[in-house]
Amino acid sequence: MTTSHALAAAPTSGRNPVASLLRQREVPVASALVVLVIVTTIANPLFVSAQGVKDLMLNATITVIMAVGLGTVIITNNIDLSVGSILGLVAFATGTVFAAAPDIPIVFVFLIGLAIGAVLGAVNGFLVTVARVPSLVITLGMLYIYRGLNNAWAGGQQYFAGDRPAAFGRLSVDTVLGVPIITIIAVVVVVLVAVFLARTRPGRDLYAIGSDEEAARLFGIAVSRRVVTAFVLNGTLTGLAGVLYASRFNSVGATTGTGLELDIVAAAVVGGIAIFGGSGSVVGAAIGAVLLTTITSSLTALGVDKFWQQAIVGVLILTAILVERIASIRKARRLRTSEATNA
Amino acid sequence: MSIDPTPGGLSPTAPVLELRGARKTFGAVVALASGSVQLRAGEINALVGENGAGKSTMVKILAGVHQPDSGEFLFDGHPIVFRTPAESKAAGVSVIYQEPTLFPDLTVAENIFVGRQPTSRLGFIDRAKMRADARALFARLGVPIDPDRVAEGLSIADQQIIEIAKAISLDAKVLIMDEPTAALSGVEVERLFGVARALRDRGSAIMFISHRFDEVFGLSDRITVMRDGAFISEHATGDVTTAEIVRAMVGRDVDQLFPKQEARIGEPVVTVEGLTRQGVFHDVSFEVRAGEIVGLAGLVGAGRTEVARALFGIDRYDAGSVTVNGKPLARRDPMAAITAGIGFVPEDRRKQGLVMDMSVSRNTTLTLRRTLSRFGLVSARREREAAADWSQRLQVKTGSQELAVATLSGGNQQKVVLAKWLATDPTFLIVDEPTRGIDVGTKSEVHRLISDLAGRGIAVLMISSELPEVLGMADRVLVMHEGRLTATLDRADATAERVMHAATGSDAADLTEATQAAPAASPTNPTTPPTATAEATR
Repeated sequence: MTTSHALAAAPTSGRNPVASLLRQREVPVASALVVLVIVTTIANPLFVSAQGVKDLMLNATITVIMAVGLGTVIITNNIDLSVGSILGLVAFATGTVFAAAPDIPIVFVFLIGLAIGAVLGAVNGFLVTVARVPSLVITLGMLYIYRGLNNAWAGGQQYFAGDRPAAFGRLSVDTVLGVPIITIIAVVVVVLVAVFLARTRPGRDLYAIGSDEEAARLFGIAVSRRVVTAFVLNGTLTGLAGVLYASRFNSVGATTGTGLELDIVAAAVVGGIAIFGGSGSVVGAAIGAVLLTTITSSLTALGVDKFWQQAIVGVLILTAILVERIASIRKARRLRTSEATNA
Repeated sequence: MSIDPTPGGLSPTAPVLELRGARKTFGAVVALASGSVQLRAGEINALVGENGAGKSTMVKILAGVHQPDSGEFLFDGHPIVFRTPAESKAAGVSVIYQEPTLFPDLTVAENIFVGRQPTSRLGFIDRAKMRADARALFARLGVPIDPDRVAEGLSIADQQIIEIAKAISLDAKVLIMDEPTAALSGVEVERLFGVARALRDRGSAIMFISHRFDEVFGLSDRITVMRDGAFISEHATGDVTTAEIVRAMVGRDVDQLFPKQEARIGEPVVTVEGLTRQGVFHDVSFEVRAGEIVGLAGLVGAGRTEVARALFGIDRYDAGSVTVNGKPLARRDPMAAITAGIGFVPEDRRKQGLVMDMSVSRNTTLTLRRTLSRFGLVSARREREAAADWSQRLQVKTGSQELAVATLSGGNQQKVVLAKWLATDPTFLIVDEPTRGIDVGTKSEVHRLISDLAGRGIAVLMISSELPEVLGMADRVLVMHEGRLTATLDRADATAERVMHAATGSDAADLTEATQAAPAASPTNPTTPPTATAEATR
């Protein structure tokens, strides 16, 4: 079987910095985004005007934050399908808080939104780790439960932008050096979570769990606690997205955020996060989110029928999965041939 | 180096870690009846025993994966139970499992340091240091593995090296190695032993599990023998011979358990010639005659199941031929195998032999769907009747034919699998580990059934890792070692010692060589079992 030749022939890849940069999982999605922007700009130069870029960033912000949160959960080989419902609950809560106490400092509103999101995420994480039922099933149930709560609470009630302080709405209008404030928030989130995942022990544990949960257990990693952490982080970020949603969009009500979860899953997968966990990065997920929202604007700018948009997103998801699959098949083949020659 | 005996027999130091009479059951199955072992600082204790002797269960108790139901567990003289692997690790116990447990998506360096990566002052992981530390470890082990590559796609040997690097970097007080050498070649084994000796000399307590006697005698200071989930004996390595160890491992009353009936042996039903699959098994030839039970013995991983699967058409083979009742059998076509009269009772009945959530009757008639159906639809009534008939013949104990198979005991589940195949009226039946995980009482019933089948003229190939089962049941015993047939023994000549020697690839002559020099890269293939077992080692 394997002999010392296998050791000697161990590939010494990763030495060349350019080559290793090109092998990053974020490269395909980032390239796709660049190509998309260039093509659209050639066809319609207004696409990259100051206003055009600002619109692109604003549109992407909420999806980016949610993709970062859900990406963290997917890295552990779990999923949270209830994020659309969580966003809806938090957005409606934000409207309610402003209606009840119009003069409340905006910071408190953010804290309330983050707290609600964290609690809802913690409930999901707790159920997933205690019941040992696949998170797909648990959070599918929670999707309906949270949505039901939102329906019961809101009824026909809706809150509109006019019900909220002007300063709150300006968050998604004002810019610093041309970048909207809420986009800056999103970028900060991406950087913080990316550093957490890449450079801290608990962050790396999440990858280990997603890669092989049983091995992680044998290695003494506190699997349940870490998974709950990922769900809480996701809930918190979704809560943040919910507050920002209330700032950016005119109305919040019982159906806010319905169906959003699949867009977020799509963003994470297109961004290179493996759906079965263990690899990918939240930077990729964020780029995936930007790509998906940009496609919408791009198709409008190109004058393509809007109905094509969803089909194109579908093709992107399949492409992302295909790229992954081909890469792993090629890797397996390389391994087989190298073992055969060493046999 | 094993030749110099341990001075004064038992060493005076108190054990770092000790199990006394540990018991562990899973449902009705007793995995460990009374496990005892003492690990002392600066000593390598080799744990030997047949498959199923309880070695791995004991490892898992020491590792904190399982908790003993009863018995004493002492660490540094104080009673302790590790409730989680983390607790065991925190106490300084490091385990290298039989199957490497790496994270395929993480880099090699991270696999070594996960959970305890070196960090900078701010608490962030210092990747440069992690990489450098990994490189230093590999330099010490003398292997050129790139710390930056992901673990996915590494050869088993490389994976095992990474596990070893991990254990070394932990500076473990207690190092447990559960068959670490199964996938390693001679050079790598020597390297591993060098590391193990260095750790021992620095005061670690080491437990080493292996089926290769040359390794056991070459490395250990002390040998602990287990059998049937219980501690049998402990020996200073220098004071004992291979023959004595083998006898302690297998010594048990074989004849009573297995009511072998004499059957008239007829014409060859199946002839296998030169069956080869690159890297898995080589040039395997044998025949099985009507009414004959042929036992296929060997260690786990010797390639026995792989041969059976290739024969039955589940897996491909590169060369050779299979003939059934005089006609060549198509490759890679299980349907053709069934039509030709072959039945296959797989090793893992829960995953491969039964649909656990379906009823007893459904499972029994799974192989019969075509004969039971009319116009493409399965008739429920005929299904029930056929199932009831077979269950009765095999005495399956179930409350109702409609209960899910999962509710039956292991032995009765196995009977359902047998019933399923018998219903196809086979002329040749392959049974892979027919009594694994079945309690002793039902075991003999399964044996009676198999023996009964042979009595009716069915040719049986029985793969089993349990020596007494093979010796008690088989008319002829084939032994495989590392993908090759190393011995064919008639019932009269088949003794536990002979089978064990052929299965471990160590005849007596080998053993002396191995203890004096580094083992060669590939083991010799002894075609005849050794006749002189005892004297060569002393």
